[in-house]
Amino acid sequence: MEALSIEGTAKTPTVKFDGHEGVIEIKGRSIPENSIEFYKPLVEWLEEYSGAPLDLTQVNVQLEYFNTSSSKCILDVFKKLEAIHKGKSEVIINWHYEEDDEDMLEAGEDYESIIRVPFKMIEIVE
Amino acid sequence: MSFDINEYYSRLNGGDVLMAFKGSISSELISNVLEVVESRLDEYDESSKIRKKVYNVLVESLQNLYHHIEVLPKAMQKEYDDKFGILVVSRQDDKYKISTGNFITQDKVDVLRNKIDKINSMSREELKDMYKFILNHQRLSEKGGGGLGLVDIARKTGNQLDYTFERYDDQYYFFNLDVYIEIAM
Repeated sequence: MEALSIEGTAKTPTVKFDGHEGVIEIKGRSIPENSIEFYKPLVEWLEEYSGAPLDLTQVNVQLEYFNTSSSKCILDVFKKLEAIHKGKSEVIINWHYEEDDEDMLEAGEDYESIIRVPFKMIEIVE
Repeated sequence: MSFDINEYYSRLNGGDVLMAFKGSISSELISNVLEVVESRLDEYDESSKIRKKVYNVLVESLQNLYHHIEVLPKAMQKEYDDKFGILVVSRQDDKYKISTGNFITQDKVDVLRNKIDKINSMSREELKDMYKFILNHQRLSEKGGGGLGLVDIARKTGNQLDYTFERYDDQYYFFNLDVYIEIAM
């Protein structure tokens, strides 16, 4: 299937979903007023990918900021990944947070407690 | 005496003001405000932890305004555009203060007051549970609001949400919200 690639802006993240490599990346800022529109193609892509996922899917989330409107859409993305993980494929979510950014670490832990997919918390040291 | 918007606005402009705005809260305005405040925070050489907290809380405060602003009282419509709100970001000795203000219709006052009082009465753990519950169980509105903004602000600041409702006329109240972010956290 075709890769999904979206360039980041001041309010939306850079997105790279690669079905051949099994690597999914969301990086940057996610603070749009209405996030539904932005996340729709991401959820749709995962819906298609879940039909024939690779044995291992690596998910890299590296957000500097995200707003509460995005937080629900990110949960929708993770729920799609959870469904893939429930099947025969393995999914790992690598949640990156900057050194001292306890709020971002805690946000990752919130998701980890809701979603049944293994999370790896990765501290970025400058 | 009825609520005076100009008197209120000038009262907010104390301390070291990073940004003060009254007018229409559009998506573009939010982008501009964020850009200006971000560069002002750099000038203060604030730690990245505090910069992020201020930025995050500012995003939620502005987007709360954006999602919830209502039609203006008739008497104000000549002077101001729709989507009218007020924002002041200031720095005091040991904290940042983000003040927002907007008109709300009288029938919504109690619901909002109860919501804030409930948030203010909660412990850190309770706020975390409430956040996760809303995140997992409530759908986004069509406009993209999620009902999480105030809970998120309370969690990130660890402070009470200070608010007032001032009566404007029979139909309208003016809602002011002050949020504090302590610098030595």
